[in-house]
Amino acid sequence: MPGHRSIRDFDWLMLVLVCAICALGVLQIFSATRDTRFAEAWWKQAIWILGGFLALWIGTLIDYHTLLAQAYVFYGLSIVTLAATFAIGMTVFGSRRWIGVAGYTIQVSEFVKLVVVLLVARYLSELKGEQLELRDLLKLAGLVGLPMVMVMIQPDLGTALTFVPILAVGVFLAGFRWQYAVAILVIVAVAAPIGYWVVLKDYQRTRVVSFLDPNQDPKGSGYQVIQSKIAVGSGALWGRGVTKGTQTQGRFLPVSQKDFIFSAFAEEHGFVGVVVALGLYFLLLMQIVQNAQTASDKAGMFICMGVAALLLFHVLVNVGMVVGRMPVTGIPLPLMSSGGSNIVAMFLMLGLVNNVRLRRFVN
Amino acid sequence: MKLHLGREDESASSNQLLRDDPKFAAPKIAFFQYITVAVFLFLVTGFWDLQIRNPEVYQERALENSVKSIPVLAPRGKILDRDGRVIVDNHSSFSLYLSRENLKMEHLRPIAEGLNLDYDGLVARVRRFQSRGAPQYEPIAIKEELTPGELAFVDSHKDASTFPELEVVRVQHRLYPRDGLAAHAIGYVGEVSEAELNTPEFAHFHQGDVIGKDGIEREYNDQLMGVDGQRRVEVDSFGNERHVLDDKEAIPGKNLQLTIDLDLQAVAELTLENRRGAVVALDPRTGEVLAMVSRPAFDPNLFAGRIRSKDWKDLLDNPDHPLLNRAIQAQLAPGSTFKPIMALAGLETGVINDNFHISCPGGASFYGRFFKCWGKHGTVGVHEGLVHSCDTFFYNVANRMDIDDIAHYAEMVGYGHKTGIDLPHEAEGVVPSRKWKIRNFREKWYPGENISVGIGQGATTVTPLQMAAAIGGIAIGGMWFQPHMIAEAHLLPARRGEVNLENIRKVIDGMYGVVNEGGGTGGRARLPGIEVCGKTGTAQLASNDLLKGTAYGLTHKDNAWFVGFAPRENPEIVVAALFESGEHGQLAAPIVRDVLKAYFDKKARLAQPQPQIARVPTNLLQAPPPLPASVAAVNP
Repeated sequence: MPGHRSIRDFDWLMLVLVCAICALGVLQIFSATRDTRFAEAWWKQAIWILGGFLALWIGTLIDYHTLLAQAYVFYGLSIVTLAATFAIGMTVFGSRRWIGVAGYTIQVSEFVKLVVVLLVARYLSELKGEQLELRDLLKLAGLVGLPMVMVMIQPDLGTALTFVPILAVGVFLAGFRWQYAVAILVIVAVAAPIGYWVVLKDYQRTRVVSFLDPNQDPKGSGYQVIQSKIAVGSGALWGRGVTKGTQTQGRFLPVSQKDFIFSAFAEEHGFVGVVVALGLYFLLLMQIVQNAQTASDKAGMFICMGVAALLLFHVLVNVGMVVGRMPVTGIPLPLMSSGGSNIVAMFLMLGLVNNVRLRRFVN
Repeated sequence: MKLHLGREDESASSNQLLRDDPKFAAPKIAFFQYITVAVFLFLVTGFWDLQIRNPEVYQERALENSVKSIPVLAPRGKILDRDGRVIVDNHSSFSLYLSRENLKMEHLRPIAEGLNLDYDGLVARVRRFQSRGAPQYEPIAIKEELTPGELAFVDSHKDASTFPELEVVRVQHRLYPRDGLAAHAIGYVGEVSEAELNTPEFAHFHQGDVIGKDGIEREYNDQLMGVDGQRRVEVDSFGNERHVLDDKEAIPGKNLQLTIDLDLQAVAELTLENRRGAVVALDPRTGEVLAMVSRPAFDPNLFAGRIRSKDWKDLLDNPDHPLLNRAIQAQLAPGSTFKPIMALAGLETGVINDNFHISCPGGASFYGRFFKCWGKHGTVGVHEGLVHSCDTFFYNVANRMDIDDIAHYAEMVGYGHKTGIDLPHEAEGVVPSRKWKIRNFREKWYPGENISVGIGQGATTVTPLQMAAAIGGIAIGGMWFQPHMIAEAHLLPARRGEVNLENIRKVIDGMYGVVNEGGGTGGRARLPGIEVCGKTGTAQLASNDLLKGTAYGLTHKDNAWFVGFAPRENPEIVVAALFESGEHGQLAAPIVRDVLKAYFDKKARLAQPQPQIARVPTNLLQAPPPLPASVAAVNP
């Protein structure tokens, strides 16, 4: 089996794109956290990225079919760990998302995304029918819905929502009757207002409100959006230069090394920098999609497309939030935002994509 | 689209092998690619909107966010006494400013509530600044002397998301001596008022400037007031300075040395304690003011910030008029202290001479009316007339003189004109004459009016300063120097009177007798070893008609005067004391004696070799600066 794989088959372009994006991220973290108590964040991030390459390597080595075979085991482990998060997790900003392991904090939900990608790929590739039946769909939705609800009540709505595109793109690719889609849309349309008032917490509701009209709540969530737009706008064409952005340096931007890193980036690098960075993400996405197209089987294709869907959703929601076109959901920008779990999980997923690529030629 | 793709897919996939071929989804993957392109276009247009179409808006707002102008207030110069001791100092305190660059009107209410400020007043104040078109970088002072509690409030609310307009500035506040010492001479500072800004004198000041409002503070404001600086800083979202964009340093005001001697001033203040009145001590040889007291006094520290309206009202409503500087503004009949001038006028005009004597049976009749003397003095010449302060004698002198001659000598000694002292609002008093009568009453002068002028009653009014200056000028032989308050004033040429020194000597001898001869009215001013000369005065309220309803119409008791100088030869100091409602001039004499004693005691002390002991801080008169002790704790 491994005989036909060579170092040349490795997805070097993807690796270059990832390196470039990560480099921009580290630079921006450095600039945004200068003179703050997070000043060490940039080199920590660099170390996480090195760890990420190791994860990518591991994700590449083990045949993805082996991993798919264990998908339900991973799934079970995920549920148990999420449950454990409630018991022993650490509460930060009123939310229990992290568990401590050997002095590090791990955000379990980041890794659950990976498991969901595997689960969806396994489930959909095993279906025999030509189209996805409603029964199968409900079963899959239930499987994805359980961890999703668990993450939602941490509460971490943003991360919970990232499971949706994985499922949606998978279902779309598997073939799905349009009548079902309409029915689901109707149910969502009815359930949304109920969900808004019953399921969402107060702070989440204000986030929605402040998305619709940021000036209505200029001190709370709206403040973040307004400050972010000021930061982006004042960057203009060429940006203010690294470490020169007053919004970033003056800490008017909230969490400018994490969720709002792209806002800081846009202030200091301007429209030109934004186009370059988004271009890198676009190429990365296209590269992942290309790997999906050349995958040797459906499972590989589903894995790649799941990762692509997840990445696209992250970019859309995070960057959209930065320019005020998406609500503040508090999800990071993959590969740029500072944070260990997120980086390692992302690299593992990219490892899976590479894994699929390396095994694209069926003997 | 989805539907269409689904159908296509359906028709193409009929066997299981094909079903596992990943290529079956190729059109759907392509669709995903289009979605991706759309998402990226959607995002890029977002950036285009903000960064390319109107970045100026956001750049401006970023600037508003982060740039603050902080005033750097120049400390006023200190006011020192003639020996260089500090009379008026500054102390550090914290003032709260509203930075107008990022001021939001809707923040005013919570700010007012948090700091116990009057909301309407605050809004009015902010609007006033705006309507004056003051530049945006000029912040508004809204509270002085912040307490640690208020500092804590500001510190926890000045971050970008709460009230970024709040700015605490360390300022140098005026610190005046306690108990109103020299309060009137020094005056006070206050914020320039709206009305003042509309006058040419104050037009060059800015809204919010603290300027001298009265006394020395006002007269020498330009010298005392420094030039404020300004710092433009970039702040972070917590309101902390990140770096300074530009820094214009403040130029502190210059110190000002007065001619006041704190030792004499303190003694004079104490002698007048709990009385209404004034004391002025001058060096007649130069016109330097050594002490100037007016009582009751006020506490200038009340004005150092913006005075609260209640304090202000209390001062205005006080029937004793504590804000009035009696030393230069009380215009009262000089009473018998006018007699030396009458004697001089009589001698100079030849109306009286050494042989002129009259008999005092306790009064005399003129123009059909009996004028009482305060005693029976028998045969009285000019010397006895002065020593015993015989009214009958001076009735006769006045009766024999022309009113315009009396006026000439009264004006020669300085009455009826401002002395020109370097203090605002000096009063000029009244010297009656024919011209004066016509001008003010459209009537001619009746010779019968001369009689009461002779004893310093009638229309004649003088200020304590004028009296000290007038008698001082006589004491040094007919030279009048302009009284002044600051040490470096150029010595102005003295007015020299056309007087015979022999006549002056006779007047001085009479004044010496007042204090040192048996039966003299001023015996209480006697000092062993020092030849004190002086004159008592007990004055009815000058022409009650004129003063009805004014400050002095309060009471009908007579005012007590004493004016004295020493030594008899080469006098060095002249002191005038007014004791309102003191009834007898003799009661004002000890005031003058105490000041003279303090002067000569100090002189003797300085003449002796000083034992080498540790110097006691000379500015004991100052209150310790009330620095907020817990500032460091609040503002780490």
